[in-house]
Amino acid sequence: MVKVDGSGTKGLIQVRDLDKTYRRGGEEIDVLQGLNLDVEAGEFVAFMGPSGSGKSTLLNLLGGLDVPTRGSITVAGDEITHMSSGRLTQWRARHVGFIFQMYNLIPVLTAFQNVELPLLLTKLSKAERHAHVAAALGIVGLSDRMHHFPRQLSGGQEQRVTIARAVVSDPTFLLCDEPTGDLDRKSADDVMALIEELVGKYHKTVLMVTHDPLVAARANSILHLDKGVLVEGRPAPHMSSAGGIA
Amino acid sequence: MKFARIIFANLLRKKVRLLLTIGSFAVALFLFAFLSVVNDAFQRGSDVAGADRLVIINRTSIINTIPLSYRDKILRIPGVKVITHNNWFGAIYKDEKNFFPQFVIDPENQRQVFTELLVSDDQWNAFLKDRQGAIVGARTAERFGWKVGDRVPLMTTIYGSGTWEFNIDGIYHGKNPLDDETQFWLQWDYFQEHLSDRNKGQVGWYVLRLNSPDDAVGVSKAIDDEFDNSPYETRTETESAFAAGWVKQFGNIKILIISIGSIVFLTLLLVTGNTMAISVRERTPELAVFKAIGYSDRTVLFFVLAESLIIAVIGGALGLLVSIGIVPLIAQKLGGLLPALILSPSTLVLGLILAVFVGIISGVFPGLNAMHMRVVNALRRV
Repeated sequence: MVKVDGSGTKGLIQVRDLDKTYRRGGEEIDVLQGLNLDVEAGEFVAFMGPSGSGKSTLLNLLGGLDVPTRGSITVAGDEITHMSSGRLTQWRARHVGFIFQMYNLIPVLTAFQNVELPLLLTKLSKAERHAHVAAALGIVGLSDRMHHFPRQLSGGQEQRVTIARAVVSDPTFLLCDEPTGDLDRKSADDVMALIEELVGKYHKTVLMVTHDPLVAARANSILHLDKGVLVEGRPAPHMSSAGGIA
Repeated sequence: MKFARIIFANLLRKKVRLLLTIGSFAVALFLFAFLSVVNDAFQRGSDVAGADRLVIINRTSIINTIPLSYRDKILRIPGVKVITHNNWFGAIYKDEKNFFPQFVIDPENQRQVFTELLVSDDQWNAFLKDRQGAIVGARTAERFGWKVGDRVPLMTTIYGSGTWEFNIDGIYHGKNPLDDETQFWLQWDYFQEHLSDRNKGQVGWYVLRLNSPDDAVGVSKAIDDEFDNSPYETRTETESAFAAGWVKQFGNIKILIISIGSIVFLTLLLVTGNTMAISVRERTPELAVFKAIGYSDRTVLFFVLAESLIIAVIGGALGLLVSIGIVPLIAQKLGGLLPALILSPSTLVLGLILAVFVGIISGVFPGLNAMHMRVVNALRRV
């Protein structure tokens, strides 16, 4: 179960008393204030909230892309808030899969080459890398598009390549920042079905930021961020249990 | 190298820009090679000069002559081993553009002083017996297609007017690759026959060989002291000092060439640095993605530096290859106007080192920017 009161003890992700303050001009802006969060493995959590509520900041902190002003984040036993920049980079490579709103594929590389990128940092042989990439592209249903460049793919297909890149190295959890924000409803449904499949079939832990209530409703749990504070939401009505897909 | 595909894919994303940047390197390196070759050609005289040779000229100017009668007086000075004399002939072969240096020589001692310029004994003996004989350097013979036995007309510009006829009796070769093979030697006696009485018995300059290079300073002073306050005062200096002084008459070639070369490379640095900075700025979000998914700061720096270096090496190598092809053609066109233009391996290596240096410098600042950028900020720029 997702908890926001700091009472969890066996979560995959534990966030304690997290503050994030930005300084803009001479003014200090508190984006997150004393935030607690516990997420267990295999959960699919959606973060909602108005613009500027701190959703993306929280996602960046959880992904080790930013450092908090105060507090701690522990993932699978690793306290990441005090890691050096170099160690944090290595940690991200091993534990986090990123899915961005704008896909962020490298335009000069094919779908196959984009998905292979995280594996180039591992000691896998070329043949092993090829097998992993082929499997990841198979999961997202793009085996027949692996040698296409991003410009030759639709938005939905590009986002599926991004998902393949995020899962190819089998990370501990996935962070999705508005994964359907740039897609039409049909493509958004396809992408969400894929993310549900990753949670249900492959037991991935997914943390997702979205503005879209319909998209958020497909998560196991919905948390609201308002003025830097997390508020527990209700489980999505069609979800029977964590990891289950209706 | 598993990152090679990424680096080359990035390099090829803007092909026109890539070609223009490589072209900038190629042009700059070609210019560098050519300027170095010209500089080498001017400096070579002093580099290859005999360490044990002195040149004696009229103190007023090399245009003014010195009496032949000085020869025996100079020979008596301790330390002098052998002496010869030359005059500048300055004739034209068919057309003014066919310039090459012609010297009236003292056949008796020429080979003893200039031991590095080799003529076979047969050809030399034929020359000695032929008043109208001439020995010509291999480069000049090749340039005009002259062979032993050819008869060559030269039109004088200094000694009256008219055409002087010469028989090519021999061709000399330099012992070393850098020795001057452009000269044309003619007989002192034949030369004297054509002069007015007023000009007879006057030499342009003397060249002598010392018993030991260590005697150079003492012998030079002794010679100049000997003719002090005479109508023909002398200036004696080592052959390398003489050659350096000769080059100085053209102005400070080295400073000129270094200045032009520096401006070319500074411009290249600005052009390439700007190109790399634009290229990295355009790709900021992509580089942020690399960092987000686990590529280290150093790897990102490596990507940028590798691109910059590849451009530099390809462009530099291209420029140097072009210079290897073109410098001999230019040398051929210039004929004897300049000493031999030779592109040395050290110039090529130095050129490549310079290209790599410019490549690193132009890539390092954009690379450091990419290395230090904050992923969160960079991703917002999508």
